[in-house]
Amino acid sequence: MSKKTYIQAITDALRLELGSDEKTLVFGEDVGKNGGVFRATDGLQAEFGEDRVFDTPLAESGIGGLSIGLALEGFRPIPEIQFLGFIFETLDSIAGQMSRERFRTGGTRHMPITIRSPYGGGTHTPEMHADSLEGYLAQIPGLRVVTPSNPYDAKGLLIASIRNNDPVFFLENLKLYRSMKADIPDEAYTVPLDKANVVREGTDISLIAYSAQVNQSLKVAEKLEKEGISVEVVDLRTLSPLDEDTILKSVQKTGRAVAIQEAQRQAGIAANVASLIAEKGALYLSAPVGRVYAPDTVYPFGLAEDDWLPAEDDIEAKTREILDY
Amino acid sequence: MDNEKPIVDFSAIRDALGQDFKPVQVIDGQANVIKPEIVAKYTNDQLVDFLKLMIWERTLHQRSNALTRQGRLGFYAPTEGQEASEMGSNSAMKRTDVLMPAYRDIPQLIQHGLPVYKAFLWSRGHVLGNEYPEDLHAMPPQIIIGAQYVQAAGVALGIKKNGTADKVAYSYTGDGGTSQGDFYEGMNFAGAFQAPAVFIVQNNGYAISVPRRKQTAARTLAQKGVAAGIPSIQVDGMDFLAVHEVTKAAREYAAAGNGPVLIETLTYRFGPHTNAGDDPKRYRTKDEEQPWFDNDPLIRYRKYLTEQGVWSEDIENDYVEQVKADIKDAVKQADEAPKQKMTEFLGNVFEEQPQNIQQQITEYQAKESK
Repeated sequence: MSKKTYIQAITDALRLELGSDEKTLVFGEDVGKNGGVFRATDGLQAEFGEDRVFDTPLAESGIGGLSIGLALEGFRPIPEIQFLGFIFETLDSIAGQMSRERFRTGGTRHMPITIRSPYGGGTHTPEMHADSLEGYLAQIPGLRVVTPSNPYDAKGLLIASIRNNDPVFFLENLKLYRSMKADIPDEAYTVPLDKANVVREGTDISLIAYSAQVNQSLKVAEKLEKEGISVEVVDLRTLSPLDEDTILKSVQKTGRAVAIQEAQRQAGIAANVASLIAEKGALYLSAPVGRVYAPDTVYPFGLAEDDWLPAEDDIEAKTREILDY
Repeated sequence: MDNEKPIVDFSAIRDALGQDFKPVQVIDGQANVIKPEIVAKYTNDQLVDFLKLMIWERTLHQRSNALTRQGRLGFYAPTEGQEASEMGSNSAMKRTDVLMPAYRDIPQLIQHGLPVYKAFLWSRGHVLGNEYPEDLHAMPPQIIIGAQYVQAAGVALGIKKNGTADKVAYSYTGDGGTSQGDFYEGMNFAGAFQAPAVFIVQNNGYAISVPRRKQTAARTLAQKGVAAGIPSIQVDGMDFLAVHEVTKAAREYAAAGNGPVLIETLTYRFGPHTNAGDDPKRYRTKDEEQPWFDNDPLIRYRKYLTEQGVWSEDIENDYVEQVKADIKDAVKQADEAPKQKMTEFLGNVFEEQPQNIQQQITEYQAKESK
């Protein structure tokens, strides 16, 4: 066990998989000598050489296409898209190509690609650097969308993603990169894909969240506990496809649910959670499903970011509203 | 001051751009041998085989056209006029090379190993048409213009990283495709990584209805490779031997570890963009078409080989009948493909089935067992 930050856990996962599978390749803009703009790939080129860890020209669609071609030649590509806001440049590679290959070739070809990309607000980045675009990605059949909320999951989910033989979009929360530290095992381990995690058990209400919002939800749960309210917190971990069983089981137990996301109301994943509960768990409910989200504007200017992002207070207020319904 | 010459003469620079690209030609439109030293490299038997490839493609086109009209094929992008460009280049490649085709490159795919009935199933919209055995080194036809270029760069880099000797990735697009960002990104990536790729642009004059001159201010499409730092060449795309020799040289250059090459073949799409309602009369004139029809790639090789005494109308007719018979068999084989099942589709989305897929497989199993 060693104490590691969220981003160190990611580097750790990459190092272990580069070491154990010679077909893995780490590449992207500035990931080589520079070790990535956030240092997620720090030291990897020095350790594994430029053949395995390399810089690409500055073109996201090229990075996507390169990944597909390398996968066809038997490699296990782990490309980095420097910021999630840059995926629009390579959406064809993701939505139009790699996520369809297994299907369109009748299962004769596969794409073991893990695209890593940082996202999420609260660090005052320029435009197109902090947007929560997971909602777009979650609409793509054949693509898994995974995001960890803590260092343990970051390492285990990334290793599971890399070892998976289908494309995974692995979202790393920018704000959590260095703000979270935890003791995690030194050896390689996996956290299962397609599986949500009940991070806190409770009986009165289910807060269903992912990424940084899990930690905010946990704080709300602790606060409400002092008032005798028992809050369950579910960390989705895989945003698409959803672990429906875990969500429904939790709602069946508590009878109340709030789906929480950092994305705008019209984006994100909370609507999928709410629709799942409406479709398959409506009779468990004692109140409507609540949702916490950002307003339906374009991602805001840095100075307004803190007013725009859903905060602990918003989660608390929505939780009380659904409890008091 | 106004009369002073500017520091740079941009007009002169512009006028000079692309001037050094001149199409390579071996046998011209009148069947005159321009480069006898190239022709001399081949026996008459080999040249006959080349002509047969073009006649095969023409026959496949004619049958595909007819089958489409009868409703026995689905999507079809006519290849007539592009036989020298397609067969000339493809025949210079090896079966172990990786072909990244677009939708007009079905003849190359078939020559690369795709059974004709699978090509027909692809046209009809059946997954079996896309199930390629492992030793067919190709991907199904790309629909998104340019996407095959960035993927070809990846395949080429993979070949290099695997250290596979004498192997390249090759990919086709058209004149319209050169306007896509992926066209440049693919070449640029392959160039930056010095990866073994051969990029072929079949300049057939039109991107559906938009003429080549409206795609770009560039004098040639070949010169677009210059910006990526890769050697680029223009070739008479109606001249089989010219295309073949240029592609062969490009392949050798790339396979030797020198990096990618770009080839522009100057050809013409005799027919419509696809058989789904495109009418070339809306955007081009007979006067424009006629010189290209006269420049049919089959004419010059037929004429040359007839003069050599190794080809005749009878030989051609016999060969065409044989090709037609093969195509007839392929149609029959395609007809035998089983009905596609949603449960099988669902099973091909992921290797390990998540809950949504499992649930839907169960739902469709119930429907399909009725």
